[in-house]
Amino acid sequence: MTLFEVEQLSLHYLTRFGEKIHAVTDVSFTMKKGEILGIAGESGCGKSTLVNGLMGLFIPPLYPTDGIVKVAGESLMNRTPEDIRKNVLSRKVSMIPQGAFNALNPTRKIKDIAADVIAAHMKDIDRKAIHTRLRERFDLFGMNTEKVLNSYPIQLTAGERQRSVIGISTLLNPRMVIADEPTSALDVSTQKIVIKMIFNLLEKEIFSTMIFITHELPLLRHVADTIAIMYAGEFVELGTAEQIIFDPRHPYTKALMGAMLSAEAGQKQKKPTAIEGAPPNLAKPITGCRFAERCPVAKPQCHHTKQNMRIIADRQVRCEYAQ
Amino acid sequence: MLNKNSIFAANNCTREFGTGKKIVRAVDNTTFSIESGEIVSIVGGSGCGKSVLAKMMLGLYKPTDGTLLYNNAPVTNTKIHWREVQAVFQDPFSCFNQFFTIRSQLKDAFGILQEKPSHKEIEKRIDNALLAVNIKPHEISGKYPFELSGGQMQRMLLARIFILRPKVLIADEPTSMVDACVRANILDYLMKLKEELKMTIVFVTHDIGLAYYVSDRLFIMHNGRIVEQGTPDEVTLSPRSEHTVRLLEDIPEIHRAWIC
Ligand SMILES: Nc1ncnc2c1ncn2[C@@H]1O[C@H](COP(=O)(O)OP(=O)(O)OP(=O)(O)O)[C@@H](O)[C@H]1O
Ligand SMILES: Nc1ncnc2c1ncn2[C@@H]1O[C@H](COP(=O)(O)OP(=O)(O)O)[C@@H](O)[C@H]1O
Ligand SMILES: [Mg+2]
Ligand SMILES: [Mg+2]
Repeated sequence: MTLFEVEQLSLHYLTRFGEKIHAVTDVSFTMKKGEILGIAGESGCGKSTLVNGLMGLFIPPLYPTDGIVKVAGESLMNRTPEDIRKNVLSRKVSMIPQGAFNALNPTRKIKDIAADVIAAHMKDIDRKAIHTRLRERFDLFGMNTEKVLNSYPIQLTAGERQRSVIGISTLLNPRMVIADEPTSALDVSTQKIVIKMIFNLLEKEIFSTMIFITHELPLLRHVADTIAIMYAGEFVELGTAEQIIFDPRHPYTKALMGAMLSAEAGQKQKKPTAIEGAPPNLAKPITGCRFAERCPVAKPQCHHTKQNMRIIADRQVRCEYAQ
Repeated sequence: MLNKNSIFAANNCTREFGTGKKIVRAVDNTTFSIESGEIVSIVGGSGCGKSVLAKMMLGLYKPTDGTLLYNNAPVTNTKIHWREVQAVFQDPFSCFNQFFTIRSQLKDAFGILQEKPSHKEIEKRIDNALLAVNIKPHEISGKYPFELSGGQMQRMLLARIFILRPKVLIADEPTSMVDACVRANILDYLMKLKEELKMTIVFVTHDIGLAYYVSDRLFIMHNGRIVEQGTPDEVTLSPRSEHTVRLLEDIPEIHRAWIC
């Protein structure tokens, strides 16, 4: 069953100079129940912007340009921020922003932050019922429930804080959870604990699908079922985790995989590939392939022929010369 | 083991916070030296004391016990210290002022130098530094910090270093928010600069892939202590501390099962 549908979504920022920055262009994908989609790409390519669009939450200077986002058949487009906050966020789509675990309200205990989320969405529930619910839910997270619920954020380790953030974001059993670099500030051992918790919640159907954004490709290999690679606002390749990591076809995906660093013994001599230059200016119309300027195998025509997604080797690739 | 020519020499260097029962020993009895021109990475779990150690090297904290010497002397005047020793901090957003454009803040960086280059040289250095972090100079012109993505902001901190060309660089999680290609490009540029200036670099990171690739030596930290020191191959091939073993096991690698 298709749970999440995105069709040709484009988004832009309207700057103070009246300039439109086309941060996301023509993104389409669908997700099924139980699926984790990983998104990786150039830093600044539009991942965090896309995430806001996927919630239907448009707060100036961000605006939708075109396209549709649907959760379980319901469109999130053309709705007011109040409507989205009240009826969509936390219940249907939940988002864990970049750096969220450092942004918990320092003056409130975890149990109060969590209770507010429940109280805001369920009118006739009393304090006691809320706390019973909280305990039951936090018992699933493999932490000392009482200690965590009764602590202020700064009294907790980074791992406990991030697990609390994920726990609070999923209290109302949203269908979709979008996590923006949820583990990149954590050390490897803490990261592993957090990922185990995410798998456990997915298995227990506390949420149904997840979008996981990270720069760490080896992590995506273990976490994601499918991976989308983004460059300059577009998806350039979309396939299974195996396909993208071990058999990339788009020149940018190839460059990215070649730049992976690994502490696997004996790999020290392997030099990661760097690509010089910078992505194109998104405030100007772009006619050709967006990667052409930096592509090691670009042909003259690439600079002025727009590239569309096409199927190559069972996955989508935005390059007509990819094989 | 303490060498006279070391850039940094720590002897039972300790840093505590708080008093009485609430005392936290963030850095506990560390003894090490870092030689001129060396690249050392300090690796360890969160809260193990990496950032506190880095801040001591910058002169932001003084040891509460033991010593930490820079060129054979304790750091007394941070203003002079920072002409030679520069840092990239962990949280890029808190390092720039939200009310000034990025370019003007990059220009301000020259303020700490004793001899300011010419106006033209300043503009040229800024443009080159931006290109080295894969950003087109016109792309940030007139922009404020909140108009950039997390990774772009982090790259501004690195650009600042490329502008200042310090003798010693202390970089706390410098590339945690950028993609693999940009990281490779930054490392390329940093290594060139290192060769040219004979720079000494201390990376503070939990990115063991990065630490393994760039470093001459790794320090593994746990609970405020340096539990293991060695070359990257020594540490990864034959780890001696149980903490190193656990750290290595928990790294996601593409060719190895991770969560079963
Ligand atoms: N408020 C804003 N006003 C104008 N432009 C913006 C604003 N926020 C982001 N941008 C621009 O939009 C583009 C996409 O930014 P976004 O934050 O989505 O990137 P990202 O892929 O999440 O990057 P990172 O991996 O570094 O977090 C960037 O070029 C960025 O500079
Ligand atoms: N200014 C401070 N006051 C009190 N405790 C501190 C301070 N800075 C750090 N600590 C504590 O010291 C320990 C090490 O912190 P830190 O060096 O930041 O860890 P990390 O290795 O993650 O960088 C932690 O327990 C932290 O809470
Ligand atoms: Mg982002
Ligand atoms: Mg730190």
